Amino acid sequence: MNTESTAIQSTPPSAAAAGLEVDHLSLFYGATPALKDIALSIPARQATAFIGPSGCGKSTLLRCFNRMNDLIDGVRIEGSIRLEGQDIFAKAVDVAQLRRRVGMVFQRPNPFPKSIYENVAYGLRLEGRMPRSELDDRVEWALKSAALWDEVKDRLKASALGLSGGQQQRLVIARAVAIQPSVLLLDEPASALDPISTLKIEELIHQLKSNYTIVIVTHNMQQAARVSDFTAFLYLGELVEFGRTDDVFTRPTQRKTEDYITGRYG
Amino acid sequence: MNPHISEQFDLELAQVRDRFMEMGGLVEVLVRDAATALVNHNAELAAQVRERDAGVNRLEIEIDDLCVHTIARRQPAALDLRTLISMMKASTDLERIGDEAGRIAKMAQALAVLEYPADQYADFRALAELAETNVARSLDAFARQDVDGALAVIASDEAIDAGYNAILRDRSTRMRTAGDDIDRAMNVIWAARALERIGDHAKNISEYLVFLVKGEDVRHLDKGRTRS
Repeated sequence: MNTESTAIQSTPPSAAAAGLEVDHLSLFYGATPALKDIALSIPARQATAFIGPSGCGKSTLLRCFNRMNDLIDGVRIEGSIRLEGQDIFAKAVDVAQLRRRVGMVFQRPNPFPKSIYENVAYGLRLEGRMPRSELDDRVEWALKSAALWDEVKDRLKASALGLSGGQQQRLVIARAVAIQPSVLLLDEPASALDPISTLKIEELIHQLKSNYTIVIVTHNMQQAARVSDFTAFLYLGELVEFGRTDDVFTRPTQRKTEDYITGRYG
Repeated sequence: MNPHISEQFDLELAQVRDRFMEMGGLVEVLVRDAATALVNHNAELAAQVRERDAGVNRLEIEIDDLCVHTIARRQPAALDLRTLISMMKASTDLERIGDEAGRIAKMAQALAVLEYPADQYADFRALAELAETNVARSLDAFARQDVDGALAVIASDEAIDAGYNAILRDRSTRMRTAGDDIDRAMNVIWAARALERIGDHAKNISEYLVFLVKGEDVRHLDKGRTRS
């Protein structure tokens, strides 16, 4: 096995265009560092998984991509993140606009207490007036993209809260893709779901990645192995290893990664 | 390597390793006894070898079963996955070595009823020693996770191939020119062919060990060179 001194590969081995480029990124909660000098290039229109033990910084890093950490008092960020070449921390950046380009789905499905239709149309209405027929088309397209259309097409006016957990999560994904973002951030999107709903979400990720740059945080390593093209392993706020998922799960280069994915004491 | 958080997983892997090494030990003795039976015209020992091959077959099934259940239960990754896959594949080669030893024992039984030859099977003895050594070294490499030892086995397989070809040429010539007993010559050729196959299986086992340790597939590459 290679030694710990092996250089961490921060760029994907392929020549795939970067969707998100993270450079010398550090994040502090007050004086406490939560992310330490992270550098990695997340390829566009691929699925990248962040794995690591609780507190390793994977969700914190995910939340940097749509500046969710701005909402937390005492957070200080150094370094840069570029989305399709543009620095997302630049003063000129409109955060609301950024969040339209970088959609996010959380652990627990959070549909609005509205109809299925209105949940998906919500973001589109915020974008401005749109002819009803076009709105209908976009809602149908988004629900089809989220593999939910066939299950809800006859009850679009029914409350979203009547859907099952798995359906609600796909509805939230439909809501996110309706406004056609570039990036979809998924923070443990299946951890509150049963195994069948989980498989549906995983299948959906496979379908969505041809159109979106997907970043998924998961505690489930088998899930990371199943759905992602690239895997980043974080430990104590540092990026330990980043590479093709096929390589990370069969022959990781770092001892810490090996210990973590094989369930050993570090 | 650190232990798993699940001690049971460590025990399961240790069980596979123990069975594999036990199978390797049995096979090593089978090859040695089969060759000894042949060169000493010991029909009784040859019969024993053919009987003991059944124990090797049972171990192969047991190892496969342990690996399948461990994979299903643990969904292993990285070194654990490579360990299980390598042992499963290498145990197939061990089983085949057992079969080849049985084949040599069958030839030994046929040869034992003939007059002892003047050449005292000198070339066959030399070839058997090379094959036995490579089986032992491939198993040592597995036990010690020794990539260099495995690469040495892979590189030395050519000598076994050459030894077999020399026996084939020699017996063919003798049959044509000296009117040697065709039965004897054919049995020696078949037994030598089995040794050559044993060498190939030892090479395969060594290749799986390289995969186990380094995650690199060195099969079908030039003489033991690993991919850069």
